Amino acid sequence: MSTVETKNIDVSGIKYQKYMPKDYKSPNPIRWCPGCGDYAILTCLQKALAELNVDPHNTAVISGIGCSSRLPYYMNTYGFHSIHGRASAIATGVKVANPNLSVWVATGDGDSLAIGGNHFIHTIRRNVDINILLFNNKIYGLTKGQYSPTSERGFVSKSSPYGTVEDPFRPAELTFGARGTFFGRALDVDMKNQVDTLVEAAKHKGTSVVEILQNCVIFNDGIHNKISDRNWKADNTIVLKQGEKMLFGKDNEKGIVLDGWNLKAVTIGDDGYTLEDVLVHDAETQDNTLHLKLALMDTSDGMPVALGVIRSVEAPTYERDYENQIAEVQKKTPKRSFRDFLLDSPNVWEVK
Amino acid sequence: MSTNRVVTDIKQVTVRFSGDSGDGMQLSGTLFSTLSAIFGNEISTFPDFPAEIRAPQGSLHGVSGFQVRIGAKDVYNSGDKTDVLVAMNPSALKVNAQHLKKGSIVIYDNDSFKKRDLDKAKFETEDPFKELNLNHIQAIGVDITSLTKASLENSGLENKDILRSKNMFALGIVCWLFNRPLEIADQLLEQKFGKKPKLVEANIKALTDGYNYGDNIQLTATTYKIDVVECGKGFYMDVNGNTATAYGLVAAAEKAGVQLFLGSYPITPATDILHELTKRKDFGVKALQMEDEIAGITSAIGASFAGCLAATSTSGPGLSLKSEALGLAVMTELPLVVIDVQRSGPSTGMPTKSEQTDLRQALYGRNGESPLVVLAATSPTDCFDSAFEASKIALEHMTPVILLTDGYIANGSAAWRIPEMEDYPEINPPYVEKYYKGNAEDWKPFLRNEETDVRYWGIPGTPEYMHRVGGLEKDRFTGVISSNPENHQFMIDTRQNKIERIADFIPEQKVMGDEDADTLIVGWGGTYGHLLETALHLQDSGKKVAFTQFRHILPLPKNTHDLLKGYKKVIVAEQNSGQFAAYLSAKFQDLSNIRKFNRIEGQPFKVSELAREFTKIMEEE
Repeated sequence: MSTVETKNIDVSGIKYQKYMPKDYKSPNPIRWCPGCGDYAILTCLQKALAELNVDPHNTAVISGIGCSSRLPYYMNTYGFHSIHGRASAIATGVKVANPNLSVWVATGDGDSLAIGGNHFIHTIRRNVDINILLFNNKIYGLTKGQYSPTSERGFVSKSSPYGTVEDPFRPAELTFGARGTFFGRALDVDMKNQVDTLVEAAKHKGTSVVEILQNCVIFNDGIHNKISDRNWKADNTIVLKQGEKMLFGKDNEKGIVLDGWNLKAVTIGDDGYTLEDVLVHDAETQDNTLHLKLALMDTSDGMPVALGVIRSVEAPTYERDYENQIAEVQKKTPKRSFRDFLLDSPNVWEVK
Repeated sequence: MSTNRVVTDIKQVTVRFSGDSGDGMQLSGTLFSTLSAIFGNEISTFPDFPAEIRAPQGSLHGVSGFQVRIGAKDVYNSGDKTDVLVAMNPSALKVNAQHLKKGSIVIYDNDSFKKRDLDKAKFETEDPFKELNLNHIQAIGVDITSLTKASLENSGLENKDILRSKNMFALGIVCWLFNRPLEIADQLLEQKFGKKPKLVEANIKALTDGYNYGDNIQLTATTYKIDVVECGKGFYMDVNGNTATAYGLVAAAEKAGVQLFLGSYPITPATDILHELTKRKDFGVKALQMEDEIAGITSAIGASFAGCLAATSTSGPGLSLKSEALGLAVMTELPLVVIDVQRSGPSTGMPTKSEQTDLRQALYGRNGESPLVVLAATSPTDCFDSAFEASKIALEHMTPVILLTDGYIANGSAAWRIPEMEDYPEINPPYVEKYYKGNAEDWKPFLRNEETDVRYWGIPGTPEYMHRVGGLEKDRFTGVISSNPENHQFMIDTRQNKIERIADFIPEQKVMGDEDADTLIVGWGGTYGHLLETALHLQDSGKKVAFTQFRHILPLPKNTHDLLKGYKKVIVAEQNSGQFAAYLSAKFQDLSNIRKFNRIEGQPFKVSELAREFTKIMEEE
């Protein structure tokens, strides 16, 4: 039903298809609210897929329920808009069934951290090679404005008129608690970092969780302003890059240093801190202690919010190990028909 | 071995091994039934065990039993009452006393019928037999524990392992009683404990000593021989319903040329399906133990979307959790086999006990108008055919199919003639690239085959057929979200028609018995064996009855209405409060001949009771 327009590129005599972002756009009309952060995320995903040059027909985008979960309809790939909270379990089935597919989950803070919390943590624990885009707007949008599992304590909403009396989940903490091998973070409007992070997420073998700080223009407008606003963004965010110094600020004049057991944001030159003292990011170290500290940095503690790839470590993936196990068993067992298998079972007798 | 003893020929016998849940009674029973089947008898087994893994020793609620009925022919169920009871402790005697036939033999372990054992079973006197009014039985006390100890004194086994071989000594006695050849039992033990030669040796010794003990002291005045009747030529094995269900899925996947995927979560009494399929990596089966029931079914739906024969196995409480996802499979029109091994409910109910109380849940347990196919397997071996057929319907008609089995047939076993797979029909899923005749760019995900109303299956990885499916109502062709009123009505009707049209692809309902019968006995699913025997019994006693057992519940076979209206009375017998009867009455509102018989005790039907109650209903004005 859908055609793909590609450029044929000729490299050293070998022609191959180079997909363009528009090849991943479905003809379906988009129904998000004007100004919603989801538009930017959709564009970034299409750009990332084009950069990865993965075939649209080898891509499956799975979602649950919520505003974020409408995303598959807008992708010219295979897509599945499922039921509330179950996207990562469905995606597990898709990926295990066919490990050659590029599988993406579009989900939200309500979908994955409340009703689908169990599937979220177990998918991460199994390390199924799928990419989870966790749209975090700290609100229930599609049901019109209730607090979510990521809303701050005291948050006033339609279902918490006097403020909530519960603490929020921090998605990174949950991911690491489930032994996550990849955690990245992006701002909906920050296209460059978001595309880069999505590309890295796709390249990582295992469950990649990308928390996308997304603005709900109707029910929670400006919730991420402290970090997304042009005026504060440079001072309030830091984009982490593998092997590079953790520098931030308008002129990279600030850095993250280790202060005893804690991280500290400093201005280079002040209090005797030099460039030498600034930490170098290592997303690939197995120990997740510093990754967690980086992921939990918050403006309320005078720290910038970390963006980019915070953790990315190698570990066996579920679906490959499953395939390997099958291959091992089949190597030891002769290939036979089902009837022959039954005839080989213990306790078979013949009536002549 | 002595030869000058009385051997009586009998047609059938029902034996129950009973003891603590740690006494190995399930093993004794399984071995006895398997060796009898190999010997050439028909068998039907009924493992009846508590939900507790190891209940307090000697207690009434910890009694675990394994009943097997063996015979030359016409063994349709595991039997109402027992001819021989092996009671390893007083609680086993007490629990099973009501099921003893007059003149039955009770072999009990003297060593565990002491004062404190009797106390545990809450006996008030020192003569449990008298206390239970068991006057017409032959009670035979054997020092099973001490004889086993003596037998294995030099085995090199630890005391606790020696004591665990009591069940083999008891089995030896039963083998002697029924003239079973020990060679088969020895082979079975070698297969069972093959990796532990010491255990094989000890078990065989205890078994042999038990046999010889019976023979040497001529434990009973007579022993018994059960005729072997020629059955059809071929290879046989004994199989329980859960294994047969798993095999049916494997066979269907092989036939269809697709990958088999199972998403499941452990639940009694369905877990053995998961166990069996995780072993079947030799067939490339992907069987996943997921984090919960919902993930079990949703991972299967994902696998189905990706082109597998996908299944999920569960029992009633698990089916409740899967309801929402089942609706998603209905809405996205994806193939899916859901196996519900029914157990006693509501809620957690009696996990190890069987009943047929999930029929309504299977038919109606979803939000919205949510039609799907419901099948019910009728016996342990029919689980194979039913699982195969459920898979075929799911794959060819792009629909979820619920296959109802139950704890009785799932754990019970019977001899199964290993099938020739050429005898089974082809399975042709409606792959879009194979069956859709138009151009790819004109294709829409909800275009249908006009004859069947089935949409085409476009599987991720197939170029040019990228599309989106989901739980929202969709445009009748494009699959784009739609809340257009006429479109919704159209889709509701189409989803319903698609299921109803499956009636064109299933066989007509057949009836056993007199054409001019006044009364039709109707059952569905796992009660087949008991109802068949009851019908035969009533026919033998001159009653004009016919009998039919339904495997196809939704849709019903096309001749169902004509068939039911042809009888003065239709007795629908179920292990629920009348769910199938109500379904039939609602479907065929002109029928006024439907009567009900219902029994929900978590136990199999009893033929004697059925015969009595059906006669009463037949005699009513």
